[in-house]
Amino acid sequence: MGMTLSEKILARASGKESVKPGDVVDAKVDLAMSHEACCFVITAFEKMGAKKVWDKDKMVIILDHWVPSSDVRSASLHKTIREFVKEQGIDNFLDVGRGGIAHQILAEGGWVLPGMLVVGTDSHTPTAGALGAFATGIGFTEMAAVFALGELWMRVPENVKVVVNGPLGNRMDGKDIILKIVGDFKVEGAIYKAVEYAGSTIDSIGMSHRLAICNMTTEMGAKTGIIAPDDKTKEYLAWTGKEYEPIVSDEDAVYQEERTFDVTDLEPQVACPPNVDNVKGVGELKNVKIHQSFLGSCTNGRIEDLRAAAEILKGEKVHKDVRMIVMPASQSIYMQAMEEGLFDIFLESNATICAPSCGPCFGGHGGLLAAGEACISSTNRNFVARMGSPGSFVYLASPWTVAASALYGEITDPRSV
Amino acid sequence: METTFSGKVWKFGDNINTDDITPSPYLTIQSPEELAKHVLENENPDFPKNVQKGDILVAGKNFGCGSSREHAPVALKAAGVALIVAKSFARIFFRNAINVGISVLESDELLDAVEEGEMIKVNLEKGEIETSSGNIIKTNPLPENVLGILEAGGLVEKVKMILGERG
Ligand code: SF4
Repeated sequence: MGMTLSEKILARASGKESVKPGDVVDAKVDLAMSHEACCFVITAFEKMGAKKVWDKDKMVIILDHWVPSSDVRSASLHKTIREFVKEQGIDNFLDVGRGGIAHQILAEGGWVLPGMLVVGTDSHTPTAGALGAFATGIGFTEMAAVFALGELWMRVPENVKVVVNGPLGNRMDGKDIILKIVGDFKVEGAIYKAVEYAGSTIDSIGMSHRLAICNMTTEMGAKTGIIAPDDKTKEYLAWTGKEYEPIVSDEDAVYQEERTFDVTDLEPQVACPPNVDNVKGVGELKNVKIHQSFLGSCTNGRIEDLRAAAEILKGEKVHKDVRMIVMPASQSIYMQAMEEGLFDIFLESNATICAPSCGPCFGGHGGLLAAGEACISSTNRNFVARMGSPGSFVYLASPWTVAASALYGEITDPRSV
Repeated sequence: METTFSGKVWKFGDNINTDDITPSPYLTIQSPEELAKHVLENENPDFPKNVQKGDILVAGKNFGCGSSREHAPVALKAAGVALIVAKSFARIFFRNAINVGISVLESDELLDAVEEGEMIKVNLEKGEIETSSGNIIKTNPLPENVLGILEAGGLVEKVKMILGERG
């Protein structure tokens, strides 16, 4: 019987010929990522009596949730982590001004290669699945075990195949595809499963779309989302000069479920409050006023996303009742956007540009909402109080829709602008 | 930890979530023993009062669903629960339970085959459960690596042990 890409990675990582769903394996981790949560990992690490991390070269620690520190609490959290990193001699530490949002850094920084087993103390770690890695979020205690031993017990998940076919229309994004899929699966539709994406659309779209798709796989409860490596993956990683074995699923691999989507006539999608699976076509949303437009996050803060928004905003002004916040997902995207002149466009349109951070995406800092306010956002969650007051509303959409809505002060189809 | 033991059954239904297990008003409580005083109280007020060390929970589908709070298995462990047998588990709960050191088995049949308060015998290694009438119910046994964690008393203890062995 054949194996899926996910099963092959878990088999390799646990030194087995083959694995099947339900097996519990001890898997060796290729890369461990932690952000501010590292603080809690350190506590568990010490409780275990561990002295030295297993392999400092297989770890990356990136501060991203509260950067620059937003209050005294986050400042001291950062301090604890800095001390730990120094003490352990961990060179792969990206402090304020050196990195950006962890999931983006793992992808753009060449940390993740196809076939790797990646774990992170964050639920959106599956973002790295866009590069053909098995990437999943784990708890603090579990990460402490990884820090100490470099391995973790894992239950091999069932596999779901999602086939996406058809050409992606003008001003459409990977975000529209994944919103459509999440709306169909619902938030509990893929609990603990490994979701593998395939089909002509996936083949044709670039890495930024793929990262957005894998990123939001978490929203259906999945353990991971994954896309088999291909020429686009190779191209994306070419600069690293690193070698990898492009593992793909066997022809006769077993999937518990398969769903097919045709995006040929798909219209821009919007996830309405208060759940990510409350997804509607933009055409259904008439006269939905917004007060804030947020472009950023690990879902859609990449250079392609900024270019899309700039195309819409060029020479225009953000609606007088809207404040637009642009937060590039990393320092290098920030620099590139500046070099490409995108910042001139944003600033002239009255948008404000902030330093790379998670910021308002999780209601942390830098652009929170008051009761009664609505935000159109390129992020991935819209639960009650996600971006501020329990009385605020978050609509999730593509960078195109986020920018178009900023211009008109209400949710707007970017194809009509 | 013994891999064979017997215990008294407490029965619960489907979709017992982590809020049912550890009601949110008590989440600021740090001590597991204090948390244990309220564990599952909304589902069965007698449970936190009368549960004894070594007792066994037998439940329906999707046990431990809801938020991923680690409080829930911690409180059950402090209450003395040795084993949970459910038709199925929410996966994060399943992981958390093992990591804090509670045994978990999946069985479709057990819930309907036992009475509240009945004594049952369990063999974790074989995955066999014997009801008081001598009926044997088979489940998927726990894999060796998971048994290892449970025997150590949880993931923290297990890592401590491994590090100790390495010296
Ligand atoms: S940008 Fe938002 S979703 Fe992404 S890691 Fe940060 S808080 Fe989480």
